[in-house]
Amino acid sequence: MRIGILALQGAFVEHLGILERLGAEPVLVRLPVELEGLDGLIIPGGESTTMIRLMLEYELLQPLKDRAEASLPVMGVCAGMILLAKRVADSPLQSLGLMDMTVRRNAFGSQVDSFEADLDIPALGETPFHGVFIRAPVIEAANSTVELLARLDDGRAVAARQGRLLAAAFHPELGSDLRLHRYFLDMASGGPPVA
Amino acid sequence: MEKGTWTVKTGLAQMLKGGVIMDVVTAEHAKIAEDAGACAVMALERVPADIRAAGGVARMADPDVILAIKAVVSIPVMAKCRIGHFVEAQVLEALGVDFIDESEVLTPADESHHVWKHDFKVPFVCGCRDLGEALRRIAEGAAMIRTKGEAGTGNIVEAVRHMRAVMGEIHKLANMPEEELMAESKAIGAPLELVLDVRRTGKLPVVNFAAGGIATPADAALMMQLGSDGVFVGSGIFKSSDPSARAKAIVKATTHHRDARIIAEVSRGLRAAMPGLDIKAIPKEELLATRGW
Repeated sequence: MRIGILALQGAFVEHLGILERLGAEPVLVRLPVELEGLDGLIIPGGESTTMIRLMLEYELLQPLKDRAEASLPVMGVCAGMILLAKRVADSPLQSLGLMDMTVRRNAFGSQVDSFEADLDIPALGETPFHGVFIRAPVIEAANSTVELLARLDDGRAVAARQGRLLAAAFHPELGSDLRLHRYFLDMASGGPPVA
Repeated sequence: MEKGTWTVKTGLAQMLKGGVIMDVVTAEHAKIAEDAGACAVMALERVPADIRAAGGVARMADPDVILAIKAVVSIPVMAKCRIGHFVEAQVLEALGVDFIDESEVLTPADESHHVWKHDFKVPFVCGCRDLGEALRRIAEGAAMIRTKGEAGTGNIVEAVRHMRAVMGEIHKLANMPEEELMAESKAIGAPLELVLDVRRTGKLPVVNFAAGGIATPADAALMMQLGSDGVFVGSGIFKSSDPSARAKAIVKATTHHRDARIIAEVSRGLRAAMPGLDIKAIPKEELLATRGW
């Protein structure tokens, strides 16, 4: 399975190693031509403003949006989740706008409030998933078509799925638990039932 | 829920990779930097070229400058403290900066000791000229490293020297027989555990950016091709004739650092780069890179 990783800025190399370990064929995507022949795409963590600017400059935004709307499975992590959301609270940011939810950027404050926490994610099994949150966003509101996959102890939603789109506020690529990536690959290959 | 862990500190540095961190002295500069695609800004009172010109003692920026910059951008805000000045670092942490640069660009507060960075929740980046210096800073708790170069000169030669030194020593370690590692650890003044870690992984345990002298898109791409994870641009942007255009071009050249056609295209029509300085023309006591121990 050919899985693209948006490689404009951020922690994209980390996903490359994980995809290789899971037997997928990772492809770094910086220009529109590199979207050809993909079975899925990961938008990594990094700075969403930087990524949006570079996507616009190199005419990557619209082709990617078109493909995702057609059928391309996409997983967005942290900044990637912001890019996937239709609405960003208190921000004029406009990007892919694919998932019917509102996210808030830097929802926990500055870096000193970045944290690690164990999450219950029933879709991944009983064992808690160790989430690393770095200047992380949260999902403030979501349409009923969006399935919320994980919440913090205070109830705030931090992972979601809508059809072939998957979003997480935390960084599975910074740990050794491969379950979220495996879940995405299953999704991309039409594995588990679509929500 | 655990805050200030090594994973979230080094993790933020990982999120900055492939990006450009720009020195800014006003909220207006910060906005220009963010709009140009900077992945973070460094809040300062004066850019290094002006610090160099002004002489005297260079200190942590005025908290009002830092807070004004924090108020207008959503990207991470970094700020510099003097080498060894752990109270300036405490103040910066209290102000809520996202990263502290314990920097040789400011006048050192301690000529023997750096800040013990493990004591802080906020992550630190520190400068280095070689692998030993990088590993000493990491052992003290630096979650990110940058090669020093020579700040405020617009001259890339020292940045190249320092990046080649770090990369060369990593390659050397990778090929060294185990029985030689203790002597090597002693020779470069780095803890053995970190020397073993670098030998095993073939890279530094934290993200490494390039700094000090980057003035053009080609300079940024050069540092990326030499193995840097990203770049700091200090005086190079706001001491040039058209800061916004140059900032955007350097961001694009950093992302597309292996695509010479793109680097060529973004290098056109930028007007004048900052005036450069020959390193040999700078008196030895005025070199910034030699600060740090």
